[in-house]
Amino acid sequence: MIKLIDITKKYGEFTAVDDISLKVKQGEVCVLLGPSGCGKSTTLKIINRMLEPSNGNVLIEGKNVRDFKPELLRRKIGYVIQYVGLFPHMTVGENIGIVPKLLGWEKVKISRRTEQLFTLIGLDPGFYSNKYPHELSGGEAQRIGVARALAADPPILLMDEPFGAVDPLTREILQTEFVKIQKELKKTVVFVTHDLEEAIRVAVRIVLMQKGRIVQHDTPENILAHPKNKFVHDFIGADRALKRLSRFPVSNIMREAPVVKSSDDLFKAAKSVDKRGFRFLWVIDENEELLGWIDTTRLIRNKEKKEDVITRIPVSRIAVRSDFTCKTALSRMLAEGIKVVPVVDENQKIIGEISLADIEKITEEVAHTWQE
Amino acid sequence: MAGVRIRSWISLIVIAGIFLFLIFNMSVWQHMLGTIFPNESEVVYPRAQLPQLLREHMILVLASSAAAIITGTSIGILVTRERGRPWLGIVSDMSSLAQTIPPVAVLALAVPSIGFGFKPTVLALFLYSILPIIRNTITGIESVPGRLIEAALGLGMKRSQVLFKVELPLSIKLIMAGIRTSVVINVGTATVGAVVGAGGLGTPIISGLVRENPAFVLEGAITAALLALFLDQILARTEQSLSRSLEKTT
Repeated sequence: MIKLIDITKKYGEFTAVDDISLKVKQGEVCVLLGPSGCGKSTTLKIINRMLEPSNGNVLIEGKNVRDFKPELLRRKIGYVIQYVGLFPHMTVGENIGIVPKLLGWEKVKISRRTEQLFTLIGLDPGFYSNKYPHELSGGEAQRIGVARALAADPPILLMDEPFGAVDPLTREILQTEFVKIQKELKKTVVFVTHDLEEAIRVAVRIVLMQKGRIVQHDTPENILAHPKNKFVHDFIGADRALKRLSRFPVSNIMREAPVVKSSDDLFKAAKSVDKRGFRFLWVIDENEELLGWIDTTRLIRNKEKKEDVITRIPVSRIAVRSDFTCKTALSRMLAEGIKVVPVVDENQKIIGEISLADIEKITEEVAHTWQE
Repeated sequence: MAGVRIRSWISLIVIAGIFLFLIFNMSVWQHMLGTIFPNESEVVYPRAQLPQLLREHMILVLASSAAAIITGTSIGILVTRERGRPWLGIVSDMSSLAQTIPPVAVLALAVPSIGFGFKPTVLALFLYSILPIIRNTITGIESVPGRLIEAALGLGMKRSQVLFKVELPLSIKLIMAGIRTSVVINVGTATVGAVVGAGGLGTPIISGLVRENPAFVLEGAITAALLALFLDQILARTEQSLSRSLEKTT
């Protein structure tokens, strides 16, 4: 656990960080978010003593960081800086092995650990280990930067705009990968960014800062739903209801879907689900793969021929997976002009459905909120 | 990489071969200079042997350059440390300014206080050759991007480790370039030492100028030029192996 107590950092007359107290729980990703110059980076650097506070204390696991030599403290805290900062005169493998080497690990242990980390970040150790940083793409370099910070398996990770130097597409991939890795490793992470979308994607809790002070410290869902004042409201923007949807996985509001085999009596099936209050019935083939859907009201009313009633759908374009976000589900609905989309597993087998009405319920929570 | 290394070895051996051949074969000089200057009665400086002059010259150059390399790089490193930083501006201005003073002027000023001969010459050469070394050391270390220093410190390197594992390996090329320039210029400048009786390859040059015998001038000048080339090649090799070994320590 990291605890900041009454931290103030002054540069002459200018107060960069103004009396901040903050707790970051074990295994939590805490995002320091705010416009540039709000003191978020300064706060981060005070934790590993890259900067010394003018006032206040930092406790890690109850111990004051001042009681450690700075370099020994930092070897126990992973640090990912903006623009990566890989050393150009060392190979990628050597870059990753820096901290273990400083800690005096044996060569064999270092190379085994390096290999592990390559696998963790999804790069082939044989191919990348002896390359030099200038041979890497931006995304690869950022991955190596994270691997280097994780090398000695520190319990704490400080990340200062770690994905700032790559294009938006790569950034999103890196964020997703980071969330996946973090789920596995459960490090205590302090993550600095000015990008709200990034914060929403990776944070367990967000600390929104302005002019060296904490304005709101809460979960992303709550910050988006209940901005505390006008600054927060303006910072998160008018589309906050939409942004909030990316915090909710489809599995949260997924419900059971009525399914029928194409070889069964469709009319009978339609009648029975109609009674249960469903309008649409999903049709699967013998291999349990999704074929399309039936509008039950139309079927009951018109008694059309079986072949015509099934509306066939391109499953890969419409269906969502349970770990997709509600935002993705919504955009599929809007793109295809339908109100219900099927949820499938990796074998394209239907496991449920998600409806526009359910998504609206989430966004409604945001509707009544802070007003000027 | 291997190709470059082999080529630099070959040029080093070729230059060393020509050099040694000429030093110990005065008959070649006799023949060569006799052909160029058929009207001179004497074409080889008679009062001292070439190996003896070369030895004196080497001592002048090595003593002054060694002192300059050690002091120059140390000053360059010191003023780029956190504590030395207040001096950075002054040192870097001074080193540019001092380069504009001709070495002969330093000699002229040094002789009254230190006397004639070896000492004032080494002092003048030292002062003159320290400047490019200081400047290149400062430029080299300053050119290491700040984010790399931040990364090194953030990963838990001590200040000294940052210097030896990051700053020096990344600036060794510029530092060595300064040393090479300095030594090569030093070989030429050291001929001035003959004016105040320090000996060396300047002796036949000065004598040739006084006696209006261009053959003597050429004898000293060619040998000095070959010495400069030879030392430059040796330093080029040193630069390569130094940057390799610095990389290995990381």
